[in-house]
Order: sequence, then C-alpha cells, then structure tokens
Amino acid sequence: MAEKQSLVVVGNGMVGHRLIENLVEAGGLNQFDITVFGEEPQAAYDRVHLSEYFTGSSVDDLSLVSEGFYDKTGLNLILGDQVTAIDADQKTVQSESGLTVAYDRLVLATGSYPFVPPVTGHDRENTFVYRTLDDLDAIRATAAGCKTGTVVGGGLLGLEAAKALKDLGLQTHVVEFAPRLMAVQVDDDGGALLRRKIEELGVQIHTSKNTRQIVDGDNAFHQMQFADGESLDTDLILFSAGIRPRDNLARESGLEVGERGGIVINDDCRTSRKDIFAIGECALWEGKIFGLVAPGYQMAKVVAGQLTGSSESRFKGADMSTKLKLMGVDVASIGDAHGATKGAISYRFSDEEQQSYKKLVVSANKKKLLGAVLVGDASDYGNLLQMTLNSIRPPKNPAELILPASSGQTEGQGIAALPETAQICSCFDVTKGDLSSAISAGCQDIASLKSETKAGTGCGGCSALVKQVLDHQLTELGVEVKKDLCEHFAHSRQELYHLIRVEKLTTFKEVIASHGQGRGCDICKPTVGSILASCWNDFILKDDHAPLQDTNDYFLANMQKDGTYSVVPRVPGGEITPERLIVIGEIAKDFNLYTKITGGQRIDLFGARVDQLPLIWQRMVDAGMETGHAYGKSLRTVKSCVGSNWCRYGVQDSTSMAIAIEHRYRGVRSPHKFKMAVSGCTRECAEAKSKDVGVIATESGWNLYLGGNGGMKPRHADLFATGLSDDELVRYIDRFLMFYIRTADRLQRTSVWLENLEGGLEYLREVIANDSLGICAELEDEMTHLVSSYQCEWKNTLSDDEKLKRFNHFINSDQKDPAVVFVNEREQIRPARPDEKSEQKIAVQQL
Amino acid sequence: MTNTHWNHVAHLDQLLPDLGGCVLVNDHQIALFHLAGKVFALDNYDPFSCANVISRGLTGDLNGRLVVASPVYKQHFDLESGQCLEDENIRLNVYPVSVIDDQVYVCSTVLATEVA
Repeated sequence: MAEKQSLVVVGNGMVGHRLIENLVEAGGLNQFDITVFGEEPQAAYDRVHLSEYFTGSSVDDLSLVSEGFYDKTGLNLILGDQVTAIDADQKTVQSESGLTVAYDRLVLATGSYPFVPPVTGHDRENTFVYRTLDDLDAIRATAAGCKTGTVVGGGLLGLEAAKALKDLGLQTHVVEFAPRLMAVQVDDDGGALLRRKIEELGVQIHTSKNTRQIVDGDNAFHQMQFADGESLDTDLILFSAGIRPRDNLARESGLEVGERGGIVINDDCRTSRKDIFAIGECALWEGKIFGLVAPGYQMAKVVAGQLTGSSESRFKGADMSTKLKLMGVDVASIGDAHGATKGAISYRFSDEEQQSYKKLVVSANKKKLLGAVLVGDASDYGNLLQMTLNSIRPPKNPAELILPASSGQTEGQGIAALPETAQICSCFDVTKGDLSSAISAGCQDIASLKSETKAGTGCGGCSALVKQVLDHQLTELGVEVKKDLCEHFAHSRQELYHLIRVEKLTTFKEVIASHGQGRGCDICKPTVGSILASCWNDFILKDDHAPLQDTNDYFLANMQKDGTYSVVPRVPGGEITPERLIVIGEIAKDFNLYTKITGGQRIDLFGARVDQLPLIWQRMVDAGMETGHAYGKSLRTVKSCVGSNWCRYGVQDSTSMAIAIEHRYRGVRSPHKFKMAVSGCTRECAEAKSKDVGVIATESGWNLYLGGNGGMKPRHADLFATGLSDDELVRYIDRFLMFYIRTADRLQRTSVWLENLEGGLEYLREVIANDSLGICAELEDEMTHLVSSYQCEWKNTLSDDEKLKRFNHFINSDQKDPAVVFVNEREQIRPARPDEKSEQKIAVQQL
Repeated sequence: MTNTHWNHVAHLDQLLPDLGGCVLVNDHQIALFHLAGKVFALDNYDPFSCANVISRGLTGDLNGRLVVASPVYKQHFDLESGQCLEDENIRLNVYPVSVIDDQVYVCSTVLATEVA
C-alpha cells in the first residue's frame, strides 16, 4: 500500500468541517493523514442558526460534530490555533503557536469576516461584530448593562443580529444605508412589507442612513451621527454590514486573489497553485463570492472528490436563491428578483389582510421563470425555485403561480414536471432522482426518507417539497398508503379518534358495531380503549373497558418476564418526603420486592404477585400516595432539578413547576407514553431536551421544547417557544398534548409524530401558538375535562370488592403460582433462571 | 394417577366475557376464556416466555379464528386448537369444557395423556 499523503485543512467552520465529513465518507483516511486547524476554541458549529444561542441553544446543540468524529485515526484536529503562513514552495504551513506542518495537499476554508465600515468611532468600546460564539458571549455580557442596541446593516445577517439583540431584551434599532431592508434580495414593495412586520415586533428601522461618526451619547453610551444631520443614541452597536473573504493568508503566500478580495479558484476549486484548494466564503469563482452555506458545501464535495479521486464533479456556480425566517417573518428571494433581465415582465400580488407580498419575474416571451420575491408567506418557494432552476414552462398566465386560488393545482404539476436531476435539497445535494430511488427502495414515510437521504435535515427549507415528491412518487408507484389499524378496522387511529369523539361512542362494542367488523384483537382493543379514555376518561377497568386493556393496564402494574409485576407510585417532580420514602421501603421489605430507582426519579418495586398488588396499593394509598401510571400509555414522570429554591444557578422554581405539571397531566391516556422534564436553568440538569415535553427556565420565562426522545432513536426536542409565563406554558402544553392525542398514530411517540407532521415545527407553531385551525379553545376544553375527571386507579379498584376478586392467580384455589421462583443477588431477589429452577425442583423432590 | 373425570373449576359468573382466568386442575394450570358464547380451556403456560400467563392475554379473532395473544411477547394461539399462529411447531394443549347449569367443568383427559 502506498504511503499516506499529508492533507492540511485550514479552517474548521461549516464548510471546512463538511469537507472532512465528505473525505471520511469517501474513504479519504486511507489516502491521507489529515490535519485540521481551527482558530476558534470550539470545533465546527452551526453559524446559520447562531442567534438560537440566545434563545436556549447551547454550544453542544449548535455543534455540527458528531461525538468522537475527530478521534478517528489519521485525523488530527487542532483548535484555538491559527495558521499564520504558508510556504508554498516548501509545502509547509506555520501556526501561531509555532507548529510547522508539511503538506502534500492544502485546502483553505478560512471563511469570511464581517465588514466594519471605517467610520470614526467604529472601534469604540461596546461595538461588536456578529460571527462567532465568542462574539455572542461578549455581546451577551455587555448587553446585560445596556438598554438600547443598534445593528448597522439591514441585510440578512443584520436582521438575524437584530433578533438576537431583541432576545437579549434590548430596545433594538436597525440602521441601513440603502432605502430598504434586504436590498439585495427583495424589491421596494417586499422591503416595505418586511419593514412593517418587523417594526410591529418593536424593532425600529432607519433606512437611507449613512453613518458619519460615532461619538459619546447624551442619553446612552454612543451617539451615531448620520449624514442627513440626524442622530441616534444607543448603548451598544453591532456591525453587520456584509462580509469580506478572509484571503490574507493566500495573498501573503503569493496565491492569486481577486481585485476586491477572494482567493481565485477554478472549476476544480484549485487556486493558482495546483496543490492548494480554496472553498467556501474565502473563494472567488468567476468573479463571485458565495456568501451562503450551500454553495460552500458544493465546493467541499468537489474537493473531496478531487482529493480521493472518487468523483470528477466540478463546481458550476450556485444558485443564490434564499428562503429564511427573519424574526418570524418568511422571506424568500429567487433568481432575478429585481427583473434586471432585458424585457422581463413582472407580476405582483399583495395581500394586506394576510400581510403577504409575492412577485414573479418571467422572460419577455413568458416561457421562462426568471425570479421571485416572497415576503410574509414563502410557501410557494420550493415550487417556484424548481420551476426557475429547471426551466419549467410557466402556465399561460404566469400570475396564477402566485395567486392564492390556483396555488394548489400548480404544486402537483410542478413536481411531476421536475426532471430527475432537479436538486431538491441544496444542503445535502439531494436530487429528485435520489429521493425517488429511496422511495422505491422502501422509504415510504417522511421520517425514513429524511434519515436515508438526509434531505430536509439541513436548513429544512425543502421539507415541504420533499413531502410533495414523496406523495407524488407513492401515487406513481400505485402505493396506497394503508393506514388501517388492523383487520377489524379500515380506519387509522386518527380517524377512529375523530369518529369516537364526534359520534360520542363510549364503548368498544359501539365502536366496532358501527365502524368495524369481527371481535377485535390485541391491536385494536387497547387502541380503542386508549381513545375512549382520551375522550371520556371513564375508569379503565369498568366492565365494558376491562377486556380492552393490556395486562399492564388491567392489573395497574407492569408485567415482568416471569409473570410477576412491578409497582411504581407517583413521585411528582421526583420530590418525596422522608416519611413516604420510609413507607415505600417498609412495603418493599414486607413483600420482599426488588427495589430500584428509575431514570424518571421514582422508585420501582419488582416481583409482586397479582394477589399482592391490592395489599401493596392499600398501604401506599394510606400513606397518601397514588398510582404512578407506569403501566399506561400516558404521562410517566416530570423529572426536575431542585431549581432556584436550592441551586446557586437556578433562575426559576423548576420543582414546583414540575409538580404542577405532573399533577395536571397524570393519568391522561395518549397514543403512547410520554415524558416531561423541567430544568431550572440552561445547565439543563433535568435533561428536558430528551423529553416529549421539555421546559427550561430562563431569566425571562420558560422555554418550551417539544418532541424529544431518549431510547432507541434519540432526538433532541425542538425549541417551540421562549419566555413563557406559567399560564402560557400550561396552555401550550395542553394544546400540544391534545393535538398529539387527536392526530398521532397508534404507539407513535411525539418525536416521530413531529417528524412526520406535514409542515413540521412551523406548522405545529401555527396550530398551537397562532391557532391557525381555530381549534385551540376546543383543545383546552378537552384537556380541562381530562384534568378535572382524573381518578387514582388504585384507589378506585380498592373500593370495589367485585374488581378485587380478579386479583388472584387461580379462580378455584388460593395457591400461588409455583413457577414464580426467586433467588438472591446483591441482597435482593431476582427471578430464577430456568437452570436454577430445575435445580430447586430436584432439591424439593429429594426432600 | 390419571384423572379423566370432569373437574368442576368455576361458576360461569367468575369468567368475565372476553376475559381469561386461570384454574388449577391436578396441579396443572389451565387458562379459561369465555367468549362467543363458549368456554375454551388451554395451557396457561406460555412456551415463549416460560411463564404461566396465557390467561392474562387479550382475546379476539384473526382471519376468522378465535385467538388469545400472550401478554408477554404477543404470539397468538388459536383457542380451539391451541396452535400458535406465528410458529407452526408450537401448540398449547387444549381441554374439553362442559358448562352445565352455569357451572364450568374441565376434562383433564388431554392433560393426563400428555403427562403419562
């Protein structure tokens, strides 16, 4: 085997890291020893979502590096050290810390730096740029003592930065040199609507302002003085007026750079030196710098292919269309948004009621879509982008594409008309053809399609389009997506829920008589039992309902492998008095139960026979405890930390909130079990982001996270809302849970449900926070009914002599099940293994 | 030792419709199910989990066959024949049942043969 070459990569930003991922995937570690320099102390993180750092995301959340990634043999990541010189003749690089590393191949991924206009006073104290986590830490530290903050620059990054200042609680201003916001991407009318919407959020916009100098303020730390004679007092200034390529290193080592900056590269992404490549925002291709992440990713892919010889692909330029959400406002820009092409015709549609603006630009002969601007409602983005990129002929009257009435029809045509080569996901370069083959190979729901192809897992902008491709392809394949629950019901769980609620059906007999066939089975019975409980909340062991329950629900305990049960009393928020702890201990001792602390801050007692269950419950109930519903498809626990009562860092009383929430949702039956947690600060000791519902305290209220999961397929919960009051928090959780109960499939956890929800988190937010379906009042009423009709199922059973008769192993004997045999291990019982049982039998027989 | 007579095991009221119950006959555990107007008797021992739990399974029908699902690993057993639907090599013993004046009797013939 040939000796490995040395590859040095300068820069560990998003693009630099993607290159390493691509190289590893293509087997590059067999050919190269790779040294990566990153000047920041952290490995690559998601700069696109930087502003989330102020709304609860931690460094770990933003990290792009999967655990252990850089531990691979042949990969050497050096952080906190900057490459200061390249000797292109000797083929070495030198770092600030004094390292000299020889290379056979070198890749520059040095990125860009924020442009700071050279006005007098630009370097005063309390002025910042917005690019790195360190910048954000510095901004946060200073903002604590400030009232007002101003962003210089009303472009894409500037508005992101303004959101960050707003999140920090500052009165926020945006100062823009051009006469409108996002001057590059949108036109006057779109800019005006964007401005109106952002001003409604309490951010003041100042356009056509040329800052002349920054001096001491009268009422604030700074005063910005503008060319038109006006001025603005502000405590903090953040420059976000565009980016410049970081090409110093290349320039000083004699590589060709552009007149206005940027390392010149060819279609192979090679610089003027054959063995040196440049990718991302530092690179200049055909006179253009690409300030978006997707083109950078494409360059990374090209270079990985070149280096490993695995692909011959070339960089062919990139589409600079963008779609993003700025301070909650959808903004999108496609192609020639300004109609600069000769003879271009444009159409505009403005809806003042919905506050949306759409503009379409087509060629003079109306046969080609050239560009578009969307503000307020960017749902047409995917469709219009694909039509533009793939030269799909617009309808005779192109305006139909942006008029509301016809949008539904054109969507489908759009997908069918797309060529297989059409790129659907630009973050991961996934084409329609890639999606089609994955679908044909069996990925027939959104979640599996996303995990197989990675489409829609980057910026998420293409999610709606991916879903359309899926639907279209399934129809093409003639796949009828069968959602039948089982052979007894030709309905999905969602449909059954609806039928049961609307027709007010209260028993399984009624449900199967009017909507099913046969006698039912172990699939549909528990499902219908759960839906009936979610709707009407009858006691689940009522004679009509008892035969529907799985053995766990039937015996209100969890069956273990030997046929015995485990018992878990509720310990709300994990808080328990010493007295109750002693009672639990005494019960465990008296019944000789194996005792274990659970992951949800409770205590599980194992090895109880059915005849012991009521005796155990009675003692728990007498001590003021109740069932913990560990057996049900229902709320398990609300885990919490001690919060502000005890903890030095806690900012809110997480324990009280956890107890309140646990009391509210205990016993509510749902499509699957669900878990919650409340953390008292962003250190997140309760691990709330791994729960279906996670709540994290901040100084300004509760942050709510939804759809998390641990277990087999871990998923971090998505940040749903920030800064909520107690009441708002409970209202959102009420709505979320009821909406999940209404619409989820059988045994579908909230994580998978959310992944498959058309429109995803945004849609959920529309429904729950903005009441777009007009059902929030209903959802809250339904939850109120469940909360007010709660009953402890143990207590209920104990008070019913008829039901207690079921708690015997034999109908015709008081004997116990002789096959239940325990042996001791670490001073507690455990079920005997088969070999141990036969030994015992022999021992008994010999006696 | 063989005991082939009919054993009285329960009153019909003790078997709730669609639910199971377990009775002891000559030291053997037998699961009873009361559904579709009949009473069925089969081994309470689940050969998959090696636990005596069949009587706690959910009942129903699959493709026209009356079945019980093991509460542990969910295999289905035909109530008439004891045949496991998921594994053709597994079959539970079934026992003749007679209901006279709402009293349930189980015949241990099959059981006796198997044991002998």
